Parts: sequence; structure tokens; C-alpha cells
Amino acid sequence: MELNVLWFILVGVLFTGFFFLEGFDYGVGMLLPFIGKNDVERRIVINTIGPFWDGNEVWMITAGGALFAAFPHVYATMFSGFYMALFLMLVALILRGVAIEFRSKDESSEWRSTWDWMIFIGSTLPALLWGVAVTNLIQGIPINGKMQYAGTFFDLLSPYTLVGGIAFLLVFLFHGALFLTLRVEGELIERSRKAAVKIGLLAALVFLGLVGLTYTNTDLFKSGLASSALWGAVVVFVAGYVLLWLKRFGWAFAMSGLAIAFTTIAFFSGLFPRIMVSSLNPTWSLTIYNAASSAYTLKIMSFAALALVPIVLAYQGWTYWVFRKRVTAKELEY
Amino acid sequence: MEELLLARWQFAITTVYHFLFVPLTLGLSVLVAVMETMYVRTGNETYKTMTKFWGKLFLVNFIMGVVTGIVQEFHFGMNWAEYSRFMGDIFGAPLALEALSAFFLESTFLGLWIFGWDRLSKKLHVTCMWLVAFGSNLSAFWILVANSFMQSPVGYALRNGRAEMTDFIQVITNPYVWGQFPHTVLGGLVTAGVFVTAISAYYLLEKRHLPVFKPSIKIGLACMLVSTLLVMGTGHLQAQFLATKQPMKMAAMEALWESADPAPFAIAVVVDEKNKKNSFEIGIPGALSFLAYDKFSGEIKGINELQAAAEKKYGPGNYTPNIAQSFWTFRIMVLSGLWMMLVAALGAFFFYKKRLEENPFILKLLLWSLPFPYIANSTGWILTEGGRQPWIVVGLQKVSEGVSTNVTSTEIWISMIGFTVLYGALAAAAVYLVRKFIIIGPLDEKPVLSVLTKTKEATLWN
Repeated sequence: MELNVLWFILVGVLFTGFFFLEGFDYGVGMLLPFIGKNDVERRIVINTIGPFWDGNEVWMITAGGALFAAFPHVYATMFSGFYMALFLMLVALILRGVAIEFRSKDESSEWRSTWDWMIFIGSTLPALLWGVAVTNLIQGIPINGKMQYAGTFFDLLSPYTLVGGIAFLLVFLFHGALFLTLRVEGELIERSRKAAVKIGLLAALVFLGLVGLTYTNTDLFKSGLASSALWGAVVVFVAGYVLLWLKRFGWAFAMSGLAIAFTTIAFFSGLFPRIMVSSLNPTWSLTIYNAASSAYTLKIMSFAALALVPIVLAYQGWTYWVFRKRVTAKELEY
Repeated sequence: MEELLLARWQFAITTVYHFLFVPLTLGLSVLVAVMETMYVRTGNETYKTMTKFWGKLFLVNFIMGVVTGIVQEFHFGMNWAEYSRFMGDIFGAPLALEALSAFFLESTFLGLWIFGWDRLSKKLHVTCMWLVAFGSNLSAFWILVANSFMQSPVGYALRNGRAEMTDFIQVITNPYVWGQFPHTVLGGLVTAGVFVTAISAYYLLEKRHLPVFKPSIKIGLACMLVSTLLVMGTGHLQAQFLATKQPMKMAAMEALWESADPAPFAIAVVVDEKNKKNSFEIGIPGALSFLAYDKFSGEIKGINELQAAAEKKYGPGNYTPNIAQSFWTFRIMVLSGLWMMLVAALGAFFFYKKRLEENPFILKLLLWSLPFPYIANSTGWILTEGGRQPWIVVGLQKVSEGVSTNVTSTEIWISMIGFTVLYGALAAAAVYLVRKFIIIGPLDEKPVLSVLTKTKEATLWN
């Protein structure tokens, strides 16, 4: 296989892993104030993602690094073009990370509720922004002949991309609520289930709206793989919702994860071989060819990725095994 | 031009801030792993208390390093897009490798370490901390590989309007990185050594928790003494490397305008940048040649000659970095290092004589040395990066050519003010926590979560 294609797939895999894993982290963070009614419950909710969230975030950092290494023009155009959006994302991620670490380290109630707020904001904003970003990539943004973004922050906000943002946010919320049903005990399970039932319905509706708008606003459905993946996402999402009704939480969570994965695959295969679509002129789009690194760098990076990714997967998977037990109020050491 | 200046300021602010936390992470991860190893080997619960106490301070520092590090990764694309296009082929690879090989490792195993006290065997648990330490220091290696290319490019060809990698092995065996990497890692150990020593000295002064802090100060002092000596050694080797490979940086940090053989080592100067000379200077004759070549002769090229040579090679322009800044940051770094070495030697001597506890003067000296590693780390990087000006990649791309062309000054102002305010607030919170933990001191019993009973106050929505 051509290395440019391989790296497109690898970047896609990294984003899929990132949305799957950080999806429930963001969801849990957004649900924190609603599911956790008191201090102990708040800590329980945070501890469900406690050992994992930082490692999960590295999927995003690695995806960014992989874009830089394999498609430097995409990295340059995207990061300078999405400047204000990324600034907001960085502020949110900084707040979230610090808040998770700091919130229980002081006994004042103002201290804790402030940081809980920060976890909420720090999870909501990135969830929203990622949806806006992904839909912008495929809808097309004003990229000129010099591979420069020629718009402003507000050009990134259109009805389609806002629906994209809200759809991502709701799907992550649903995913997070299902994750919680697997990780908490007693009353909290019921509370998470109820949240999932409400959110899931709304998420399904908005997601269908996203599918419809994707049909009218983009050329995603020209690709057979992309359209089947997107419809597949709808199907597994509904299946997840049904399984939630049947209280088969494990399977429901697997389905919401699969829905996220299918959605990511749909958008990536809809883009292929482009990575950023230019709305000004199709030939100005950034593709896996005109935006790529040299063949030599791609080769070196391929060896490195093939050697390291399986190791990373193994020890990250092991972490989930070590912390497979539900979080209880009895062992809240932190 | 305004955008360029703002982008530079922003990078300077966020990098220096990020690097306030990184060295302590590099060094303290190792020391905490050492302490826990002592616990596992001896079964002595005091070492466990020690591990947990220093581990708690480590975590506060670690998370600050992590979140400010994400900003660094994004910045290259946000403010320096043209640099990223020009350098992505070479610079992206170590960055991606850093994430793949180091970030995953440290973040995953730190999660296991924090939450795994009761779920992992003792040996497995301490292994997690060693992996965190390994991961952190490995990440330093990769980012320094990237930085070293910018200081001294190797293993590349100029093709397709950019620098393309032709030899990965040359890029990672760049002699520059093998000077810079040990110096940085040792700088981290110095920072951790001073940190542990200074805080332990506080407890010894207060005569509190002595069973925990007597062994702590022993570890701190040993680390401080050995690593200050080695950091000086590696710094010296690096300077010798500069004399031949980055002569302009060398000349700038010595404020040496005219080439000289033998060259004097200036102790203090007043730089007159306009007339390209020093209006005042005192120095030691021949000492610079000795430092550079291990003998009292040998030419050190001066700024004026190097500037003329650069103009001939690259066309008209200013190829001279800020002289006063280079000169003074270098001296502040070295003096801070010498101070820490002296204090470490004194502390170690009194400790060895078992007279440290009863000597409040030395203990205070140790306590008040806490700022010095931070001063040395920051000035060291200001020298390294400032001394590279006007180049972003020496000889290949100027800083002015690397900046994003489509980012407006308003956008940079907003983000710069935003980050600065946020960083200020977080620093206050972090210092507050560290101070609080130090005042409370280590807890012998299992540190359970202190639960707020007044739930009404702790909630936002009810």
C-alpha cells in the first residue's frame, strides 16, 4: 500500500481511538454536576475516568503529532486557520486537566465547586468544537491557492457545522452516561441510566439531522464506504438505545462506541483522498499527496508506528483490566 | 511586523512557563521512584510515607507540565505555520515519536501509579513510577532532537521548497542533542535535588516529621551534589561544541566583538550595541580560549567578523543576536549553578558530620536556594533560543519567515492575554496547594479523601 494512504488510515485510526476514548471522558465530565449530587458522588464520578483520562488525551496529542509528521501542510493550515477555535480548546483542556487533579486537594466547598465547573466547561467545549471542526473539514472552508485559510473564526460557524458540534456533544454525553452505568454502583447506576435514556433520544434526533445535512451540504455520500459507515452509525446507535432499554449496559456502551467509530470512519472516507476541502476551488484542497511529507519520512514513521502502536494498545488495554471493578465510595483514595 | 513580535512574545511566555514545571517532573519522577524502591526493598513504612508525600507534590507539578505542554504542540501550527510547512518533514517525526513512545507511557503508568496502590503488587507499582520517569525523560530526548536540528541542522536536504529528512539516524545522533540532552536531564535532577533538599530543610528547621525528612534531605543533597557537578561538566562540553559549531552564539554570550587569540573571558561588560563594542569590560586574559580549547591559545571569532561572514553568505541583514541578553543570561545561569554546587557541598559536609540539624544557618541557606534551579533553567533556555536569532532554523530559515501569515495581531493578542491570565491563576492555585501540603506535612495514616458533609454548598445545581 502507498504510504500516503497508510498514513491517512493511521491518522483516521488515531482520531477514531481518540473520539471513542475521550468521548466518554468528555461525557463523564459534562455529566459530573448532574450525576454527582454530593461531594462523595462527585469524586466517584471523576474516579471512573481517573486512571484513564490522561492516557486517552494522548490519542489526540498523537493524532496532532502524526498530522504534523505525515501531512505538515494540513497541520499548518488547520492549526493557523482554526486559530481562535483551538485557543478555546486549549483553554478548556488546560482547565479540565488541572481541575481533575486539583479539585479534591482542598477542603473548601468553593474550591471544589469551582473546579467542578471547570471540569464541566473543559469537557463541553472540546466536545462541541471537535464536531464543528470535523464537519468544517468535509463541508469545505475557504482555503486559497497558497494553502492558507482565508476566513475568520465566524466563517467556521454555519448551521451545518453547529449541528455537527451539537451532535458530537450529545453522542459523547450518551457514550459517557453509558460508561458511567458500567463504572458506578447503586443509585448512581439508575441516575446514569435515566440520563442516558433522555440524552440518547435527543442525540439520535440531532444525529439524524446531521446525516441529512451532510447529504445536502457535502459530497460525503459519493463514497460508498462513507455512506454505509454513516448509515451504519445510525443503525448501531439505535441498537445501542434499544439495548439501553433492555438494561444491557455493556452492549449498549459497545454500540455507542461503535457509532462513534463508524461516524469517524464515515467522515474520513468521505474526505479521502482529501484531508481539508477548499470551498473556493476543489483543486486547492489539501490532499494526502500535496500536503504530505517526503516518502523517506513516511517510511521511517511507518516503521516506528508499526512497532510502537501495538505496545501502547497492550498496556493501555491492561490499565482498563486493572481498574475493571466499579468505583465505590469505600475506596476513594486520592 | 507586529504579528511577528507578538508571536515571539507568546512563544517565549508559554515556553518559559511550561519549562518551569518540566525539569521538576524529569528529576522528581526519578527521586520518587528511588524512594519507593527503598520502600519496596526494606518494607519500611517511613519510605512509603515519604514516597506519598513527594508523590503528591510531584502530581501537582506534573499536571501543570502536561496541560502547558499541549499548548506547545499546538503553537507550532497556530503561530508558526510557515515554519511547520518548511520543517514538518523533519520536526514532525520526533514530535510524533515523542507522543507515541513517551507521552502514552508516562500518562498511562502515572494513572496506574495514582490509583493502583491497592491493586498492584508492590513491585509492579514501583515499576509504574520507573516507567513514568523513563517516559518523561524519553520525551525530553525527542523534543531536544527536534530543537537540536533547529540549532544545528544535520541529515537533511533542501527540496520542494522545504527541508526534507534524508537520514533519520543522523538527526537523532546529532552531536548537538548529545550535549543538550544530558545537560537538560541533569538540570532536571538538579531542580529535583534542590526542591527535595529545600523543603526538607524547612521541616528540619521546624523540627517536624524528622523521620521522614532526614532520609529525604539525604537523598536530596546527594542528588543535588552529584547532578550540579555533572551539569557543569556537560554544560562545559556544550560550550566547547558551540565554539566551533555555533560561533555566533558563543561570541554573543561572551560579548566578544572582535576576534581574539587568545581570547579573554569577560566577567562584566557594558554592551554598546550601536557602536558594536563594549563601553566597559573587565575580564581574565586567555581564559575563554582555555575554556573553549583546554589551552591558553586558540582563536575565538568575534561578532563583527561573524556578522560580515554571514552577510557575505546569506545576503544583507542583521545576523547578530541580542548581545547583552546572551551575555547576562549565560552568567546568571552559571552563577546559579555554582551557588547550588557550593550550597550542596556545604550541606553534604554538615550532613556527613551529623551536624546539619543543629545548624539553622546552613538549613536556611538550603531552603532559600529553591529559586536557583528555576533561574538557571529559564536563563539557560533564553540563552539557547535567543542566541539562535535571527534564525528559527540556523542557516535555513529566519524567524520572520516562519511566522503564520494569516493570523492577525488581534487573534494573537486575545490568545496571549488569555493564556497569561490563565497561567497566572493556575500558578497561584498550584503554589497555594504546594504550600498547603508542606504546612500540613506528610500523613502517616492512609490518606483518605476528606469528604465535605455540607453537600449543599459543594453542589452547583441543587
